[in-house]
Amino acid sequence: MVVTRVFINGLGAVSSAGWGLPALRAALENGAPLATQAVTRPGWEKPLLARLVPAPLERPAFALHPRLRRASPITQYAMSAMMESLGEDAPHVGTGALRLGIVVSVMAGGVNYTRRFYEETLREPSTASPLIFPETVFNAPASHLAAYLGAENLNYTLVGDDGTYLQGLALAANWLCDDLVDTCVVIGAEEEDWIVADAMRLFDRKAIHSSGAGAIYLGTARRDETLAELECVTDAFSFTGTRSRAESACRMREHLTGGGASELLCLGAGGSSHSDADEKAAWQDWTGARHAPRTILGEAFTASAAWQCIDACDSIHRGKFQAANVSVVGANQQAIGARFTKPGASLKP
Amino acid sequence: MTGAGIVTALGLGWRKNAEGFRIGRTAFRHVTLFDVSRQRARQAAEVDLPATVLPANPSKKAAPRIHRASRMLLFAGQEAWKQAGWEPGENLPLILGTTSGEMPLGEAYLRKALTSPRSNRLQPTRMVHYQAQQCALELCNALGFTGPVTIIANACASGANAIGHAWDMVRRGTAQRVLTGGYDALCQLTFAGFDSLHALSVTRCQPFGAGRDGLSLGEGAAVLAIETLEHASQRHAVILGEIIGYGVATDTHHITQPHPEGKAAVSAMNAACATAGVSPGDVDYVNAHGTGTLHNDSAEGAALLGWAGARAGTLPVSSTKAGIGHLLGAAGAVEALVCLMSLREQWRPPQTTVEDVDPACRFRLVREPEDAKMNVALSNSFGFGGSNATLLFRRWS
Repeated sequence: MVVTRVFINGLGAVSSAGWGLPALRAALENGAPLATQAVTRPGWEKPLLARLVPAPLERPAFALHPRLRRASPITQYAMSAMMESLGEDAPHVGTGALRLGIVVSVMAGGVNYTRRFYEETLREPSTASPLIFPETVFNAPASHLAAYLGAENLNYTLVGDDGTYLQGLALAANWLCDDLVDTCVVIGAEEEDWIVADAMRLFDRKAIHSSGAGAIYLGTARRDETLAELECVTDAFSFTGTRSRAESACRMREHLTGGGASELLCLGAGGSSHSDADEKAAWQDWTGARHAPRTILGEAFTASAAWQCIDACDSIHRGKFQAANVSVVGANQQAIGARFTKPGASLKP
Repeated sequence: MTGAGIVTALGLGWRKNAEGFRIGRTAFRHVTLFDVSRQRARQAAEVDLPATVLPANPSKKAAPRIHRASRMLLFAGQEAWKQAGWEPGENLPLILGTTSGEMPLGEAYLRKALTSPRSNRLQPTRMVHYQAQQCALELCNALGFTGPVTIIANACASGANAIGHAWDMVRRGTAQRVLTGGYDALCQLTFAGFDSLHALSVTRCQPFGAGRDGLSLGEGAAVLAIETLEHASQRHAVILGEIIGYGVATDTHHITQPHPEGKAAVSAMNAACATAGVSPGDVDYVNAHGTGTLHNDSAEGAALLGWAGARAGTLPVSSTKAGIGHLLGAAGAVEALVCLMSLREQWRPPQTTVEDVDPACRFRLVREPEDAKMNVALSNSFGFGGSNATLLFRRWS
């Protein structure tokens, strides 16, 4: 159990609902699953379905940066979410006045350019594009974010299933509590591609591939604009030969306190009875309100986990709940949870 | 560090690797794992991995699904585990660095999806098992432990970051012991990628050589068992060496090229020294990132000069990538193990492939095998995207 005194000082999101937190909030409040779009899959007449990120209403200012002109969608989503969450702190990073840590978590990562580059390699390796290859590396988005801001401090990319986003929160909390950085932004980002939608179909025919990013901006200083407090991130309970997914979900649930009408449970459930069963069983005793953002926005792995946390923090900030638990029973690695409270309401000393 | 396991093209296990590194053996050959006939470069340091013998003890169901990267990881993990004499536990963290997990399976998935789009045979298995976390979970299962699994993918610094992060966890009291390291297998995508950048050598890998023309790729894995001194002492473990420093910095200059003066590298080395409480004068050997590319080696040379100052002229430096290639996500972990071997056995690994040293490298490049009295070693790892990490090790006596 990671115990922290860490405040949430900013949120940012890009999702199939649009660019920015207001669009995400509106979609979640509406509660209806967003419309799906067709994704062409080579060799099939029938397209796959996905919930895609709409084009931004105007070109983001960051897109003019030399490093970002050709950047992949995952970088653009991560960039937009990060800048929204940092708000007025962003210019202070490059001057050295603010030591910003960056944690980016991904599951599929930069799959779009990776697929394109490998297809080019299969066709004719001598002409495969050297411009695309660097974007295939898992930490390309994190690198671009750092370059844009001039952030020269800690910068990690974590790879794993959707629960990895919460591992990122715990990592950031440790960096903050050890005074390695002044503030830290934790981003979950994924991008759309037919190969991901195709892979998801193999495991759950009802799952709808989605994409986007979510960013949470953390600091140890409570500010006027503080939205919530991170009370804890549970240990990550891995699915191994000696501990099943169901057991892991129960262990995670045991580590998260609270309940009742004033509290929210933000679930990772996506609407599939098979995939959701372990999480549902672990939380059957929960009597408070429940949200399940993936049923509305689609499945975007680490970005989805970020949206869960954002929904939890935003709901607390707007006074709808005093506290919120986030539950992620991941695709194939771990069950992990987090608890957010109203700033100052934490039980911790 | 109480356990260490290693797999490289020099061989499987500590002894074969120590013998190879000790004399500066090189292990490159024509690539056999995939077609390189249409590439500029054709060589890499492939691991001879026994086809039938699995290093650990997987279940009958799991065995056919364990592929190249995982096999190397399992072998290194089991060697480290046995040497440490650890027992399986409930909450043992596993922290690994990799750039591509079991990417050859990912490649196979895409090829099948493109060529036989209506056939799903084996596709779910490929999709699950190409993922980095699955390789890690296979290691947990083979060794019978469970605990949080963290995969750091900071490009070619991943392995060093994993070890540094593990050390941080032990130091801050989050865990008493951590299994950590890095792994990567050769794959066509990465090979073609570096070749597309004209970063691969078409002659031979000569880090810091005046005639260097690029890096050569390799593959492998290294795993370390690290624990608190108190924990190791309580169980009377043999202590192999000590991690004493870790520093990181981000180079924002360019996604694939370092700042020409290696500013972030200097920051990482300084940060590592600060955590260790040592100065460049205390360092007896530097295992350089030393890829053999023009840009990396000149920037690292400048960084070593900037960091070490007057000490640079006598500072013994070598890059073991000259013998085993660049192992990407495994590089930092394998090179940490080379430092551990060097400190334990009191020799410096030479790089024997360099004919003329680049005059810009104003340090002492170790080019012949040499025994040496060593107490502290430093290992640099720099990656795409500007990830810079430095680890410092001390001989345990």
